Amino acid sequence: MKKLLRFIGRYKGLFILSLILNIITVLIQLYIPILFGKGIDLIAGKGNVDFGGLHQKIILILILLSASGIFTWVLGIVNNRMTYGIVKQIRAAAIRKLQKLPLSFLDRMGVGDLVSRIITDTDQVSDGLLLGFTQLFAGVVTILATIYFMLRLSPWITLLVVCLTPISFFVSKFIASGTYKMFKLQSEIRGQQTALTEEMVGGARVVHAFGYENRAEERFSEINERLKNASTRAVFYSSLTNPSTRAVNGVIYACVALTGAFMILKGHLSIGGLSILLAYANQYMKPFTDISSVVTELQNALSCADRVFEVLEEPAESEEKPQHLTGVRGAMDIEDVYFSYVKEKPLIENFSLRVNEGTRVAVVGPTGCGKTTFINLLMRFYDVDKGRIFIDGTDIYEVSRRSLRESFGMVLQETWIKNATVRENIAFGRPDATDEEIIKAAKEAHAYSFIRRLPEGLDTVIDDSSLSQGQKQLLCISRVMLTKPPMLILDEATSSIDTRTELKIQNAFEKIMDGRTTFIVAHRLSTIRSADIILVMKDGHIIEQGKHEELLKKGGFYSELYYSQFAGVEI
Amino acid sequence: MKYLLRYLKPYTKESILAPAFKLVEALLDLLVPVIIADIINNGIRNGDRQYIVIRFVFLIVLAVIGLGFSVTAQYFAARASVGFASSVRENLFKHIQKLSFEKLDEIGTETLITRVTGDVLQVQNGVNMVLRLLLRSPFIVFGSMIVAFTIDVKAAVIFAVSIPVLTAVIYVIMAFTIPMYKKVQEHLDGVLLTTRENITGVRVIRAFCKEAEEVAEFDKKNDALTKMNLFVGRISAVMNPATYVLINIAICILFMVSGRSVNEGKIGQGDLLALYNLMAQMIVELVKLANLIITINKALACADRVSAVLRTEPGMEYPDFDENGNTGNPENGDLRHTAVTFKNVSFAYHGAKDNAVEGIRFEINPGETIGIIGGTGSGKSTLVNLIPRFYDASEGTITVFGRDVKSYKRGELNRIVGVVPQKAVLFAGSIRDNMKFGNENATDEEIYRALELAQAREIVEKKEGALDYMVEQGGKNFSGGQKQRLTIARALVANPKILILDDSSSALDYATDLNLRRALNSLDGKITTVIVSQRTAGIQSADRILVMDDGEIVGCGTHEELLENCEIYAEIHASQRKEGTA
Repeated sequence: MKKLLRFIGRYKGLFILSLILNIITVLIQLYIPILFGKGIDLIAGKGNVDFGGLHQKIILILILLSASGIFTWVLGIVNNRMTYGIVKQIRAAAIRKLQKLPLSFLDRMGVGDLVSRIITDTDQVSDGLLLGFTQLFAGVVTILATIYFMLRLSPWITLLVVCLTPISFFVSKFIASGTYKMFKLQSEIRGQQTALTEEMVGGARVVHAFGYENRAEERFSEINERLKNASTRAVFYSSLTNPSTRAVNGVIYACVALTGAFMILKGHLSIGGLSILLAYANQYMKPFTDISSVVTELQNALSCADRVFEVLEEPAESEEKPQHLTGVRGAMDIEDVYFSYVKEKPLIENFSLRVNEGTRVAVVGPTGCGKTTFINLLMRFYDVDKGRIFIDGTDIYEVSRRSLRESFGMVLQETWIKNATVRENIAFGRPDATDEEIIKAAKEAHAYSFIRRLPEGLDTVIDDSSLSQGQKQLLCISRVMLTKPPMLILDEATSSIDTRTELKIQNAFEKIMDGRTTFIVAHRLSTIRSADIILVMKDGHIIEQGKHEELLKKGGFYSELYYSQFAGVEI
Repeated sequence: MKYLLRYLKPYTKESILAPAFKLVEALLDLLVPVIIADIINNGIRNGDRQYIVIRFVFLIVLAVIGLGFSVTAQYFAARASVGFASSVRENLFKHIQKLSFEKLDEIGTETLITRVTGDVLQVQNGVNMVLRLLLRSPFIVFGSMIVAFTIDVKAAVIFAVSIPVLTAVIYVIMAFTIPMYKKVQEHLDGVLLTTRENITGVRVIRAFCKEAEEVAEFDKKNDALTKMNLFVGRISAVMNPATYVLINIAICILFMVSGRSVNEGKIGQGDLLALYNLMAQMIVELVKLANLIITINKALACADRVSAVLRTEPGMEYPDFDENGNTGNPENGDLRHTAVTFKNVSFAYHGAKDNAVEGIRFEINPGETIGIIGGTGSGKSTLVNLIPRFYDASEGTITVFGRDVKSYKRGELNRIVGVVPQKAVLFAGSIRDNMKFGNENATDEEIYRALELAQAREIVEKKEGALDYMVEQGGKNFSGGQKQRLTIARALVANPKILILDDSSSALDYATDLNLRRALNSLDGKITTVIVSQRTAGIQSADRILVMDDGEIVGCGTHEELLENCEIYAEIHASQRKEGTA
């Protein structure tokens, strides 16, 4: 709640206004039936109608009506402003936080989870928590006011209504708890069906290729039949709530009518008074059901709020250092670096490496050996546990991350394409680039030939699924071609580009790598043979290091990898 | 929706009874104000306690009977809507199984999954609501008016006027806001997309130091969404106060008019109370109706999407019976025929301007191993997808064991041609279930033989329960390389005459890849193998190699021949092994 109050912040005024408007509208809306009831009393019978009094009442009703109409409308707008404003504020805070969160957190969270926290959960927080709270408040006001108004008319009938309404409440609770099991069964079966559908439709090509269609249909039918039985029961039993509570309310209504009628006969109540009580008896149930649904929603919203705040309150990366890394030439010293993702599992231990300016370093080794981790550390996506890294003699932990990252050009194994035009994608690192520069970079990366063939060339809007994996990688390479940073990091950049294109790209890279310190991570040995140093990594350690020929001669792990690729020749 | 109605036919009885029972219940609801009026007009006026008690019993009986009718209605509605949805879902699933690859590409599998799982459920809810409420609400609205007519014509006129006025107000507001909610959804999708991009692209964004720009872009979209929400909210916020004010104004007028009628002795005080209550009941139902219409609209949109899929032609036709005149006998891999022949084949994907492959002609002899190599997008995969008739050629003919692929019955060709697709897909279930995918009757022995060939035996043996080990959905509990070897084994279990490996060893390490190729080579000569690869190492031991470039075959021959006379092949080869090593 405290956290939420912090977010209400500048919406505090609106929040209080919303509460006040709620009280006013609730009271007016409860008071109008009273006026109508009094009106009925003024229309007593033949020749016994007080038109003067009636007019007065009606004018009062009309005034209150317009007030209520305006207040309700304003209330709606106030609530909208408050909830949408707060959602916007939370989301804006979240996206800012996102930029500063350590990658260890982001990698751990998973994309879908984070997105749903920022988008869905925030909606829940504002809808559920704020509106829920005002609704709860309005519900309580309604109940109290109703009881007060009823008491003034007839304490006995009030007692009757107050005692009987919980029955209808219990009936609906009873049905709800009874249907819970059926719903659980239904959603279990539905889950099975969804899983099967995802597999059989998602893998339709395999299903078709193996002629599995009939068996797939059989499996589906079996689940579908079970789902039908479970659903019919769940849908039917859950739909009993409304008729049952309606019936209970009908009985209460009848009781009020009976008691009221007898009281009128005794002269304790007027007909208008009865009409008010009947109207209240009809409505009295509503705030209770509202409150009960609001309470569940509030609980849900609270857990959503926790999820949102978990992101917002996660400690950010350390503050940026004011110094910048400038005039990078590209000499690098790595001294005794230790690093692990999980404390219990040390990954990189006692890692040292000296790289001269303009050196081409190839990192090879089996999956999970720490190659990508190496990049995470160089770019400071992750911070080392121990040890130091220097660029041109400057400790990278003593300068701003921004200046460090700007010194590197990076092409990752997992390509990332923005949902934007090709131009925006290539000029991502340099939005001010001219078309000539963009085209030049694209040509150098051999991407221009396919870009030209896109329906609108550079202006074609693309997303992750509109290009082939190879094309996406070419675009990512174009991005780096455009920025020409002093150092390069290439992570399996060529894994799904065919080798001929790869050859051409390598030529282009030759150009860009010239004089630049480069780190290349790849499974394909052929792409890294021209490296100055090859680091062979295994289990977080550099187990071999040297030039291609030297390593081959050595006959170690590297040569094993190398020969297995080309062993086909000897068959 | 009309198209889907056929599936409601078996439930005609339920679909008629449900609303019918609901109508009776609504009628009972309308009687309540009338009875109250009666209590006041006769019971109270005459001081007749017995009369009042009898009317009270009436009210209780009405509530109980109402409950009975309503429960019966709910029962029929539940049966009809769920039964209907089940049969729609089942037919939809069956229909999807029949769709050709071309149609699958066109519609997209993700979409199809949503149709089966999400949309059908929406339709079910829609049908359920319609059966239960669509008739009830209008019935109460108009019923109130009719009952009002029986009480007092002048007062009833107020009903007759206020119904269309209120309806118009609700309609206008909804007509404004519904399309706008769609726009809100679009804006929300935009915000969602940017958020997603910010997370998936976090490394790239940070590497290029674009955090501030991304935040600015997000803010722009976030602002636009908020503005749109506020705008729509402002209009829809009118709905409640407007209907509330209007109905109460109507009641005020009713009081004025009826006051005069009571004064003249035309109606009693109780009648006025009845009219007042009817009016209140009416507005409640009118608002319910408005919400119902929104639900129905959504359900109708879903129904349209579902029927669009059901109406999609499967896209591929199969002969009903064998062409007996054909001499090709695939079961024995008839040596008198070529295994595969392409005669001048061209193919273009749906909606593509250019052919993906063009003018393809070649033959594969039984028992031969053919390698296909070429760059990304050169048409390698397209070419092999034509052999098991995943797609139909746009031009030219393809024969398998002497028979046109189009003359094979549905499923028949799949038994002859085994395919290991590029993307290794395993299904939830035991490893054994997965292995039996293409051959229900395979014995464990046969499965192990296939696993051994595919270099996958050790994967299975290391798992607890071996063949009984459960594969998770999407094969999540296996690595990429393991999945590939298992999918190769799966194809081999089906004992195909022709085996197509569509770049399916890309995730294997070199040693395993090599062993796999050796094992396949050692198979007895009957299996015809087509290997698609990006690496010359993967195919250079093939009997013949086809070199693809830009959808055409630009070279054909053995590794050595191609090195001599196919420039592109030589280039590919050189790119993978520079300056003459080993």
